[in-house]
Amino acid sequence: MEIINTIIGKNGLVFAFLCVGIIMLFSSWVSKYITNKKIPGVAIAIIIGLSLAFLGDEKGISNIPLFAGMALLGGPMLRDFAVVATAMSADLSKIRQAGLAGLVSLLIGVFISFTMGVVIGLSMGYTNIESLTTIGAGACTYIVGPVTGTAIGASSDVIAISVATGVVKTIFATIGTPLIAKKIKLDNPHAAIVFGGLIGTTSGVVAGLAATDEELVPYGALTSTFYTGIGCLLCPSLFYVILRFLNI
Amino acid sequence: MKIYGVALLAACFLMGKLLGRLLGHLINIDSDIGGVGFAMFLLMTSSIYLRKKKWLVLETEKGIWFWSSMYIPIIVAMTSTLNVKAALSGGFLAIILGISATAVCMLMVPLISKIGREKSIDSPKK
Repeated sequence: MEIINTIIGKNGLVFAFLCVGIIMLFSSWVSKYITNKKIPGVAIAIIIGLSLAFLGDEKGISNIPLFAGMALLGGPMLRDFAVVATAMSADLSKIRQAGLAGLVSLLIGVFISFTMGVVIGLSMGYTNIESLTTIGAGACTYIVGPVTGTAIGASSDVIAISVATGVVKTIFATIGTPLIAKKIKLDNPHAAIVFGGLIGTTSGVVAGLAATDEELVPYGALTSTFYTGIGCLLCPSLFYVILRFLNI
Repeated sequence: MKIYGVALLAACFLMGKLLGRLLGHLINIDSDIGGVGFAMFLLMTSSIYLRKKKWLVLETEKGIWFWSSMYIPIIVAMTSTLNVKAALSGGFLAIILGISATAVCMLMVPLISKIGREKSIDSPKK
């Protein structure tokens, strides 16, 4: 047992790769066979991650020495590095295909989500501007929340709330889209492009559209791939500065 | 070589962070103002430019694709290290906000769909 502890202790990051790999495998299995692909594996994996964090204290599971490597793998440096890399899949030349409606939907989508986050956060007693900005960013996606929170120095519990908000959004988009699709006339590529820009959480958009009409998926994905980037650009900068200026 | 891609990513990342910090400094806020967003924009534009010049070969791109595909696992690792016990009181906020923000955005679809309807791509012929 001691030998195992030493090996893992000295190779924390590698052990974290193994742990996350197992979580991902398990959650995609649950998604496929238990929820019948109704809830994306990503959302399940994040829920597992959040629940594992209960095993520790302020630093979640990484408080347990065996899992200290999780803090390295999930630390802000590697996280931001990987998030930046996702920009490769957002093909700038395709934004023209999405047209004006795509652009407008992206900007309005980020703006509405952020504003609602701030308003609801305020009404529930959060007054600190960094916290409000982070909660608003979390209402965009579960990536924009932590990226914004770390950049402007929000506390870990507020960042956790922002991630949870983003996950609720993903799950709700997945389940709600097929139910509401007819009412919001989501039955053509143009509407799917707008939908992707407004909702933004790529896994939720893709899963929700797949459950509605498989053919709409690429159109929704087209705009939603830009959403996190725009969120990461606007939330910790323009929106944060405006909130500071307003000094709520 | 894949490392060229990783190096390009690193350059964009650091430049973006630098821009974010400088912008923060400029407006007297001691934090990173949009650094990740700038970095993403830099990576997008530089990859388009390098592709045009035919300098960005597939092998180089693979170095970036690897990190791009690692972002969900990294986010999962991150969530397991958050202070969730302190955040439990905010669980209600997360549910209310997550649902209402999504619902409001969904209801905006018909309104914004009116923009540029004719010009946009039509349904692919089956």
